[in-house]
Order: sequence, then C-alpha cells, then structure tokens
Amino acid sequence: MELEKLRHGTELIKRGFAKMQKGGVIMDVTTPEQARIAEEAGAVAVMALQAVPADIRKAGGVARMADPQIIADIIDTVTIPVMAKARIGHFVEAEILQALGVDMVDESEVLTPADHKYHIEKTDFTVPFVCGARNLGEALRRMNEGAAMIRTKGEAGTGDVSEAVKHMKQIQGEIRALKGMTREEMTRIAREIEAPVELVVETAQMQRLPVVNFAAGGVATPADAALMMRLGADGVFVGSGIFKAEIPEKMAVAIVEAVNNYDNPEVLAKISKGIGAGMKGISVDTIPQDQVLQTRGW
Amino acid sequence: MLIGVIAIQGDVSEHVDALVRALEERGQSADIVTIKHKGIVPDCDALILPGGESTTLGRLLIREGIADEIRQMHLLGKPILGTCAGLILLAKEGDEQVRKTHQHLLGIMDTKVNRNAFGRQRESFETGLELTFLDSPYKAVFIRAPGIVGCGEDVTILAKMDGMVVAAEQGNILALAFHPELTDDLRVHQYFLDKLF
Repeated sequence: MELEKLRHGTELIKRGFAKMQKGGVIMDVTTPEQARIAEEAGAVAVMALQAVPADIRKAGGVARMADPQIIADIIDTVTIPVMAKARIGHFVEAEILQALGVDMVDESEVLTPADHKYHIEKTDFTVPFVCGARNLGEALRRMNEGAAMIRTKGEAGTGDVSEAVKHMKQIQGEIRALKGMTREEMTRIAREIEAPVELVVETAQMQRLPVVNFAAGGVATPADAALMMRLGADGVFVGSGIFKAEIPEKMAVAIVEAVNNYDNPEVLAKISKGIGAGMKGISVDTIPQDQVLQTRGW
Repeated sequence: MLIGVIAIQGDVSEHVDALVRALEERGQSADIVTIKHKGIVPDCDALILPGGESTTLGRLLIREGIADEIRQMHLLGKPILGTCAGLILLAKEGDEQVRKTHQHLLGIMDTKVNRNAFGRQRESFETGLELTFLDSPYKAVFIRAPGIVGCGEDVTILAKMDGMVVAAEQGNILALAFHPELTDDLRVHQYFLDKLF
C-alpha cells in the first residue's frame, strides 16, 4: 500500500464514522463481560468506563478515564467499535485513549473536568470525538473544536429522561428558529449563542446539526429510547440503564429493538413486556445543585 | 421503478440523498423507500445495503425477517449494492471474527471477507482509488473497512488495495469496501443505476 497517498483522521472520516452509528444504541460497559453482552444484544458500539454514571454519582470523589488495561481487554473482546471517556480538557487522557486504539473519545462531563476553562482541541487528533451539549451554542462550539458527534447531556446516572428531553427539544427548537433568517440575523444569533457564524448558517441550511446527534443521559427503558428517537435523535447512548436494570441482557435487547421500532407503539408494547424492572433511578429535581453533572462543560 | 435502502441502522439518509442526486443527474425518476421491516423488499427493483455495524445489521435483518427477502431478490437477478457493512453481509464466508461473534451473513456473493481488514478507526483513511469502470481515480473513504480476501470464479474484481479486493461485482451485485455515499462524486451510484435502467 502506498501509505503516503492515504489521508487519515480527516473531518470526512471522523464524521463518517459517527454516521455509521446512526439508528444504533451505544452502551456503557465497565468489563469485557458486559461488552460481550452489549455486542450480543446488538449494540453498535460500547463505551468503556471505570464505573457507570449511577455508581460514579454514589461513589463521589474524582472520576477519571478508565484503567487502560480494562479498555485494552474490552477492545480484544468485541468486534464492534469501542469508545471511551476522557475528562473535559484532559488532552493527555485523550492521547492515551487514541494510543490504545479506541474508535471514539467521549469528552465527558460525567467524569470530573480536568480544565474549567478549555475543552480539548479535538482537531489535533486522528480519533473522532463525541461531546455533550444542552443547547445549540454548546453543540456548535464543540463542533468548532472538532467534535464529530454531539450527544445531549441529559442528567447521567439518574434514570430520569427529562433533562435529555429538554436538551433535545432545546436544540431542535433553536434549529427550527433559524429557518428563513437572513445572514445578518444569523450573525446576531451567532454572537448571542457564542458560536461561529458559518456553523450557524450551515445548520440553518441543513435544518439539523451538521454532525450526528445522539440522545444521552437518563435513558432507562425501551420507551425512553423510542421517545428520544421520536424527538429527532440519530441514536441513543445508554449508561446506567442497562447494567443497573434487573435483567441487563433483556433490557439491552429491548432497547436496541425499541430504537429500530421507535415509531410503532404496537411493537414497542410487545418489546417492553417481560423484561424485568428498569434501574431504580433518582428524580432530577431531588439532586443537590453541586452534584449536577450537566452544568460541567459550558 | 422502486429502489429500496435498508434502514435498520447506519448511514441511510446519505445513500438516499446520493440516489436522489444521481437520478436527477441522469434525468430519470424512481421512487426510493427506506426499509426497516419485512414485506417491502419484494416490491423493490433494486436494493442498497448501507454502511453501519455489520453485527447489528446482520442480527436485525434476521430478526425482522428481511434477510430471506433479500436472498429471494437476488435469485430474481435484481441489482443489489452493498457498501462496507453491506459488503460483509453479502458475503458467503467470513473470517475468525465473523465466526466468533456468530455474525449473520446473507451468503449471496461468492466472496470471503475480512472484517476491519485495514484496522480500527484511527487507521481509517481516504485515498484516490482506481476503479476499472472509471477513467479517473475515485475519492474513496474507508472507515473501519472490510476487504475481500477470496473470490469465486463468477466474481469480477473492480479494485484492489493492499492485496485485498475492495470493489467487486457478481452479476447484478455490487460490493464496495468504501463509502461512495459520503462524497459528492456520484459516479459509483451512476454505475449501479446503469444496472437498473
């Protein structure tokens, strides 16, 4: 192979990888065994991390990138893509994940941020990134830094889908509001939401985010997953929702099938039966303000 | 004319957009339908299996009852295009990985495939690729791409890379390891539509 003619890590390749995940479910896993269960259930990718958000929430302390040995073991175990989380701004964790061969890095507010001012400059990497967002400005700022995929932040580890719903509706609403605007008006909006005007214009023309947008944070049942798809998500991340459920194997399969049948209530009814209880969860409004994860990241 | 795009998972809308533009370019019309459930494939005159995760796609094609319909369609000689994951699903035989994960294959093309033949995502690449049916290189985007490592006599090789076949056809089936739907160059979709019109 004439290697000098090959171009790696271009925007087309990074965004292209994210597109291949569309219509799929990406599951949080902490061990190779869980990764195998996720693959068997039909996950399009797994997200390797030290502890699922519900446990991170319980444990407190500083949450960091997962143990590289465990990530390497997960990579050896499954053939679907393996993603892993790095702390916001922690470009060295991201470099280590890239060196390990992970297929996508999640610069995630679920971990304790390493930098309270700057996100990772993602264009420097060959590996693509996914970042969380609660509104259009946040999404476009992350894209401007090089994110190839956006996900709603939701409120991870709660099993309460309401924040993911809020963020998805917020982003979709802001995109609809751009329709028919003049460039002059979009320049004004760009200033208000602190995003580059070219990305605002591109979003207005496409009438969707220019990169793939998944739902995340609080998805705990097949109905939750279908709801997020109905609201316009390109796919779904499930964190604590699977391995904190009564029967993870059944919940995983049901959520995959729900994403594929999100517009068919008859099928969803069938899928949702006999799968055991979902994760217990906690309502978002009972969480003390200093323990809210979604506000990390600006 | 009705062209189906399997829409269980993967980059479906990109193929639909490419088809719309390719049809416009040739001044011909056809209806395009996205397919998630059984019962629609038999009405189609041509079919596209898009890129995505082949493990997921294979499993759901069986679960939804679409796999057998695609095999029937092939027996009728209708054009089928498979890109990336689609190339894997069309194959008769897979590698060790395919066996390990009990991957479901449609087995309608006499090929043996190696999944992720070029490595993981960090090894994904774009390059100018020589295709036998085009007179200038095509910007081919390979994402965790597979390669064909063995072909039967009826299979025509259209492009090779690093000793592996990355584009091939067998009758009306066209299999590509790269993603023509991710670029603006419509020549590959046009080549496929030539089989239909």
